[in-house]
Amino acid sequence: MICVVISVFPFYWIIVMATNTSQDIYSYPPKLWFGGNLLINIQHLFDKMDFFGSLLNTVIVAVCTTLLVLFFDSLAAFAFAKYEFPGKKFLFGLLLAMYILPTQLAIIPQYEIMVQLGWLGTLQALIVPAAANAFGIFWMRQYTSTGVPDELLDAARIEGAGFFRQYWHVVLPCVRPALAFLGIYTFIAAWNDYILPLVMLVNPDELTLQVALAQLYAGHSTDYSMVMAGVLLAVIPLVLVFTFFARGFIADATKGALR
Amino acid sequence: MARYWSQYLAVSPYYLIFSVFMLFPMLYTVYLAFQKWDGIGEMQFVGLQQFRFLWDDPIFWLSLRNTLVIWVLATVPMLFMALVLAVLVNSVRRFTAFYRVALFIPSITSLVAIAIFFGAIFSNNFGLINAILQAMHVSAVPWLSNEWTIKLVIAALMTWQWTGYNAIIYLAGLQAIPSELYEAARMDGAGPVRIFFSITIPLLRPIILFTVVVSTVTGLQSFTEPQVLFGSDASTNPNSGGPGQAGLTTLLYFYHQAFDNNDFGYAAAIVWAFFLLILLIVTINWRLVQRKERRP
Repeated sequence: MICVVISVFPFYWIIVMATNTSQDIYSYPPKLWFGGNLLINIQHLFDKMDFFGSLLNTVIVAVCTTLLVLFFDSLAAFAFAKYEFPGKKFLFGLLLAMYILPTQLAIIPQYEIMVQLGWLGTLQALIVPAAANAFGIFWMRQYTSTGVPDELLDAARIEGAGFFRQYWHVVLPCVRPALAFLGIYTFIAAWNDYILPLVMLVNPDELTLQVALAQLYAGHSTDYSMVMAGVLLAVIPLVLVFTFFARGFIADATKGALR
Repeated sequence: MARYWSQYLAVSPYYLIFSVFMLFPMLYTVYLAFQKWDGIGEMQFVGLQQFRFLWDDPIFWLSLRNTLVIWVLATVPMLFMALVLAVLVNSVRRFTAFYRVALFIPSITSLVAIAIFFGAIFSNNFGLINAILQAMHVSAVPWLSNEWTIKLVIAALMTWQWTGYNAIIYLAGLQAIPSELYEAARMDGAGPVRIFFSITIPLLRPIILFTVVVSTVTGLQSFTEPQVLFGSDASTNPNSGGPGQAGLTTLLYFYHQAFDNNDFGYAAAIVWAFFLLILLIVTINWRLVQRKERRP
């Protein structure tokens, strides 16, 4: 029970801070219950930052990254799971090695590449590198090799379906549960990413929520109520989405560890 | 080869993006570590000079010590509490789905939001923690300006975020242990403590190894926590890790050298040296946990 309180308390306290004035929270003793100041705090927040602009940028990045990862990874996983081709072992081994290397090793040249491409300060500078997701290929390959019956593929082949028709009509419907997990996982990761947007985005009007919030906190660190209203608006949608999908998601997320 | 064109086409998007945006940059970072470069002017080959400078750089060693201290302060209590939590949740039969969601939520919450939250409640002047201390007639602690409490706050942040996640991993492992084993042990007269150390821990060992490796890799890479907490602490010297540079982790130092000082060659040397160190620590960890496995 205590663990649940500790786990959930910050969310409660974020709401308390976001619904009171800063003075109420800093007074002694501090207010411990929800207040009625939420709309005013949100109003202050909107004056200080372009919240909806940042939100839109974040949604674009998260949605595009997720769609690209789902498509590329399930397609590659199909080839790895159900076909033999020269160099397959080498390519898959390379994937394994890259899974271990931290992305920070690449970030300086990535920055230079974005400068050269003219992508610095654009959202594709965040989306395109994130579309190469080794974990996703592992995950989808595992599921495809067991979850897609060979008989179905054979039947499709007899009817003359090529690789991509098999992928579209047989594989995709079969791997939907695995795609759901990979999709939520990628979406959450893209939504929460911080270091790449911090490096790649330069102008105030192109920030993602995480960077905008961090800058808001650094710039106006005394008006906590306003900052917390921003945190609330940025965190609650994701928590709600997660809670909706939680059952299958948690079971899938632990599978990786137990294998 | 023509027979396989569709398979190659299917795997090519990943390898294309990966080669351009990951593999090539990683190799280029190795090359950069031997150059002096400010990002605009000419590169100048300096051989091992960056690494020699690194060896003599007291701030690099300070950042390394900070990173290791924060990692130990966070990981040890985190994994211990996660195991206790998992055993507790495993023993109750009701509301398990609710417990799982509650335990998992911190790990999907954005680190930036959590860092802001911790910055607010540990605030020196008005934070909730100091208000509680005052209510208990304990004098307030300047959490975010003292060398040790800064590390404690960052470690507490990491512990809060990842304890529940690890507990759920352990929980899944616990439920995979066949109940006959427990029954047999109870028949032989083993008490709960004995059962925990003789059955639960040995059978969970592969999973414990997994969590140790994962939390080592993620824990040593702490960057966002101190960056958000202390990013603009001093307008003259941004990203220096707060008062006394006590929150300067090695990755934050890397970021500072690369994107505040534009010393890309030196930053490349820092990040590669640091990565090799992480590899070393993970290998040592692995060996230690594996050896324990062989002993009984």
